Amino acid sequence: MNRRSSLNSKLTVSPYIIWAALFIIAPLFFVVYYSFTTSAGDFTLENVQALSKYLPTFLRSIWFGIEATLICLIIAFPTAYIIAQKTDKIQRTMVMLVMLPMWMSFLIRTYSWMAILQDTGIINTFLTKLGIHPVHMINTGGAVILGMVYNFLPYMILPIYSVMAKLDYSMVEACQDLGGNRLTVIRKCIIPLSLPGIVSGVTMVFVPSVSTFYISQKLGGGSFDLIGDVIERQFQQSYNYNLGAALSLVLMILILISMAFMNKFSDEGEIVI
Amino acid sequence: MKTLSRIYTALVFMFLYAPIAVLLLYSFNSSTSTIVFNGFSLQWYKTLFADGSTLHALYNTLLLAVCSSVIATVLGTAASVGIEKLRKGALRSAITATTNIPMMNPEIVTGVSMMLLFVFIGRILRINAVLGFGTMLIAHITFNLPYVILTVLPKLRQTDKNLAEAAMDLGCKPGSAFFKVVLPAISPGIITGLIMAFTLSLDDFIISYFTSGPGFQTLPIVIFSMTKKRVKPDMYALSAIIFVSILILLILYNIAQVKSEEKSRKRH
Repeated sequence: MNRRSSLNSKLTVSPYIIWAALFIIAPLFFVVYYSFTTSAGDFTLENVQALSKYLPTFLRSIWFGIEATLICLIIAFPTAYIIAQKTDKIQRTMVMLVMLPMWMSFLIRTYSWMAILQDTGIINTFLTKLGIHPVHMINTGGAVILGMVYNFLPYMILPIYSVMAKLDYSMVEACQDLGGNRLTVIRKCIIPLSLPGIVSGVTMVFVPSVSTFYISQKLGGGSFDLIGDVIERQFQQSYNYNLGAALSLVLMILILISMAFMNKFSDEGEIVI
Repeated sequence: MKTLSRIYTALVFMFLYAPIAVLLLYSFNSSTSTIVFNGFSLQWYKTLFADGSTLHALYNTLLLAVCSSVIATVLGTAASVGIEKLRKGALRSAITATTNIPMMNPEIVTGVSMMLLFVFIGRILRINAVLGFGTMLIAHITFNLPYVILTVLPKLRQTDKNLAEAAMDLGCKPGSAFFKVVLPAISPGIITGLIMAFTLSLDDFIISYFTSGPGFQTLPIVIFSMTKKRVKPDMYALSAIIFVSILILLILYNIAQVKSEEKSRKRH
């Protein structure tokens, strides 16, 4: 009986193993292969050496990613806390409202921000009518970060909320009973308890922010190239797959390092979805 | 404190919905401008339904989403059943680690890596236009699989192992015990996985962008090439229609859920 079921289990899992080997593992092998070869297929270190030219772009991506993640965290934490305090029915509606924008093409939504932020856009038209001098917003670094925060904010709110909704409130009450004021309760009790949600929210915002290319093109106007833009151009415009692969390899390693770093903060080392 | 938290929530939701409100408003604009509102008209909705290429892209998107989510769900459910039965060891942890790769990797890296694989194979087999429906389908199945596995596996863990054994004791063959007993027990997880895969596939741009060819274009790809120049408001009209239909679906789903909860409460 036991032998038979273990045979069956290998049978049902094997199509997936083959699929994963072909389409998850093999592609990563090709990233490494293309990184260290010329377009003719000979071994070279040229692509890796060319990377130093892109150091400022890498640093900018990381910096923008960190800023966007921190702003998301600052906005999302109180939001998640407020949602978690409501009754079940209102909670469900609010979570739905947080998720709803994600079902719309992020391309269109980002494009729509252009109409809002432009020099002759909605905000500035409004300001001019009020007699206030228009503010230049589009094609700035701030606009790019705003785009990142806008697009990835739900990824921060949802995991923090899902931890907070399951939080043991007797712990919070115990903290209050022991004389903690509101700030102490948040700092010593609620933040540590919702850490798993914060950790997964931070990774879910940081990874797409660092690697984005559309947001920076549309809201940065081409003057705030991020690493994603450079990679995209190698594959879709200059057709230098080898350099593109080397850049992707570095991006991948960068993400892996930051993930390992983040996982140190959470006790379980596991990502909550 | 209460008013403060209300104002705060209102501001957050205003931020989330500002571009959507703009988009809904300008889809009714009577001029091509996406900046100045000249007057109310339905002309962009008319243009949208007269434009065959956009509707064709919509059809392609739905086709791809249905195919990839169904295949990923079947493959992923089978894999979960196998993974659940595997003993803890090197094979099991290798499978789990591999499953996590597409979820942890930046989408652009996943897209690029698959593109490199397809281009390499295309060069070996001397296929000129290797990128198309096939490569996109493979890519979508691949990024859907982890989500299906991660929703089915916990459900499998929750089901009683003795259920299948009991069915077999009562004369079921292992196969029919699975289909008659285990499958109904884990079906909520399977359906959640299917819906998740479907919406992920519908929405995906980055991975599609690197694995698609000129012969097969989905809506996000068409929108992207349009936003390179100027977006015509008929795209706004299409987004507005998609938004309203999702909103209606969600409201209906919520009403159904509340009703079924009330029913079960009455029964008790």
